[in-house]
Amino acid sequence: MSSEWPLWEVFIRGQHGLNHRHVGSLHAPDADMAIKHARDVYTRRNEGVSIWVVKSVDIAASSPSEKGPLFEPSNDKVYRHPTFYDIPDEVGHM
Amino acid sequence: MPSLPDMMTPDAEGLARQAGQGGAHAPAADADQDAFVEFLLRMGDNALILGHRNSEWCGHGPVLEEDIAMSNIALDLIGQTALWLGLAGEVEGKGRSADDLAYLRDAWDFRNLLLVERPNGDFGATLMRQFLFDAFHFLQLRALTGSADPRVAEIAQKALKEVSYHLERSAEQVIALGDGTAESHARMQAALDDQWGYAQEMFASDATDVTMAAAGIAPDPASLRKPWDDTVDAVLAQATLKRPESSFAHKGGKQGTHTEHLGYILAEMQFLQRAYPGASW
Amino acid sequence: MYAQLVKSEGKSQAELTPEDIAFQERIDRGEKIEPKEWMPEGYRKTLIRQIGQHAHSEIVGQLPEGNWITRAPTLERKQILLAKVQDEAGHGLYLYCAAETLGVSRDQLLEKLHSGEMKYSSIFNYPTLTWADMGAVGWLVDGAAIMNQVPLQRTSYGPYSRAMIRICKEESFHQRQGYAIMMKMATGTPEQKRMAQDALNRLWYPSLMMFGPSDKDSVHSVQSMAWKIKMNSNDELRQKFVDQTVPQAEYLGLTVPDPNLKWNEEKGGYDFSEPDWDEFYQVLKGNGPCNKERLGARVKAWEDGAWYRDAMVAHAKKKAARAVAAE
Repeated sequence: MSSEWPLWEVFIRGQHGLNHRHVGSLHAPDADMAIKHARDVYTRRNEGVSIWVVKSVDIAASSPSEKGPLFEPSNDKVYRHPTFYDIPDEVGHM
Repeated sequence: MPSLPDMMTPDAEGLARQAGQGGAHAPAADADQDAFVEFLLRMGDNALILGHRNSEWCGHGPVLEEDIAMSNIALDLIGQTALWLGLAGEVEGKGRSADDLAYLRDAWDFRNLLLVERPNGDFGATLMRQFLFDAFHFLQLRALTGSADPRVAEIAQKALKEVSYHLERSAEQVIALGDGTAESHARMQAALDDQWGYAQEMFASDATDVTMAAAGIAPDPASLRKPWDDTVDAVLAQATLKRPESSFAHKGGKQGTHTEHLGYILAEMQFLQRAYPGASW
Repeated sequence: MYAQLVKSEGKSQAELTPEDIAFQERIDRGEKIEPKEWMPEGYRKTLIRQIGQHAHSEIVGQLPEGNWITRAPTLERKQILLAKVQDEAGHGLYLYCAAETLGVSRDQLLEKLHSGEMKYSSIFNYPTLTWADMGAVGWLVDGAAIMNQVPLQRTSYGPYSRAMIRICKEESFHQRQGYAIMMKMATGTPEQKRMAQDALNRLWYPSLMMFGPSDKDSVHSVQSMAWKIKMNSNDELRQKFVDQTVPQAEYLGLTVPDPNLKWNEEKGGYDFSEPDWDEFYQVLKGNGPCNKERLGARVKAWEDGAWYRDAMVAHAKKKAARAVAAE
């Protein structure tokens, strides 16, 4: 058989009551296991967090416009993350 | 795991009442103290040796997500080890630390169940062992949250949170693998048959257990048999696995008579402490 | 770094289409490229190769340190090491997911690792022989990796950049725990000091090799840097690594195994000996001390786990079918 486990997108709401936020993806055989894996992989078991998982293929996303894909920054961000932030130089240094 | 019996709701009070029936008196004549240390070593050694076995999977798991999850379980158990053995050293009063107890005792002084020292086998066998132990560990810790000794109750409280999750996970996977394919079913049934006799040691009470129960410190393991059976039967039924009929129990681990496997675990685990005595790491 | 000798698929100036040029302008403006947006095929292929190699390095990189989990000398060291090696599995996981947004599956990438078609970093083909290697790997190998990973947080491809941000955040303790082990050893018994020096002797040059050979003549590097897939030249990072690491070794009272090591006032950095590049190419070809063991362990884990992965899927399908039937 050797079928690959489906890919899931993981959304987590932390203890501070903000919206669920996309934190990443993982593979799991079904939704129950995806939630457990999400707990192990993305929260290291913090309690009091709420986890959503959704199969990646089930996400409907807006597409880049046919006309200007090269010039307009697209809104097609299936993988929505916090915007880039700089890690201070001290990271990785002693 | 909604289909499991109600094992996630701590019934600490009920079990504490039961555990505390003989325990109105203040802790610890000398005999009681020896038994207390013995009991704490059993708790710590089970966590240590199973955590060690689970850690052998790190980097070798069947899929990344499981590799990570198994390491989490190992980390929980090694963390619990430090607490139980730390308390054992404190109660013993000879100045031995958790590390001294983990790294400087020989096999005959270890008090873990035989079940947890056996080699991992395939991933399914590891999960079956985990499930059989988790189902017991959960009940044991739930009762210990009502221990007459507040230090024991405190450790149990912390560990129970972790072990509730271990049980949820291992039960779900035993069900999935029992139900999954013909091959996985056969492997899980073989793992169950193989480990069943070792699991029975969990309920074999001895003088130490009786003393601890009388002092209200810990439940008599024999009293955990019924709820364990309920959990295990429910999970095995969903997993379409057949509960072995034999009631034979391999025994000895709790008293220090181990399988040949433990010596090799310790030879590996204690190597640095033994080769460089007194060094600080 | 974890991606060495990644072949880049750029075009010559004359072959560039208007799309290529507009794409480059987006990158030059600092925009992130996101999945499903138009990108040159060469950009996509190069990224798959690089992210894939990086991911493979994380999971093969579990093995040399995993080698000591069962022998860690205290309960605390055991926990720290286990947590660190577990993190590496997590980092592999994040990176494979980033690669998957480019239209390749994780299983496909793993197949290419197992067949030897895709590589992982040369460093993980060296053995870990003593406990001091746990210190030296954290200090030197993670130290070298971080040199590369911190700037990669600004890489042009969104999912890769986000994976690197998460990885850098989690990895901040890795190098420090390695250095802490080295400090213990360097101030410990004579045997421990000897172990620490021995680890530095063995791992110094393999660590320098992690940055790859000098890339001043490489067209691949030029293209990857223009695409902001590669943020610094190999030589630049190697120099930075040496300049950072030598004083740390001195603090430990250890000797860097290079008789030519000397502070160069003029360039404001150390002069140092090149590693043995023949050895490097031999290791990449499969002739390093542990190539067979490392790849063998990965293949075994994958093959032994096949029945497990299949059974979990089979159960999920049955469960779903039962749920439908019950409705």
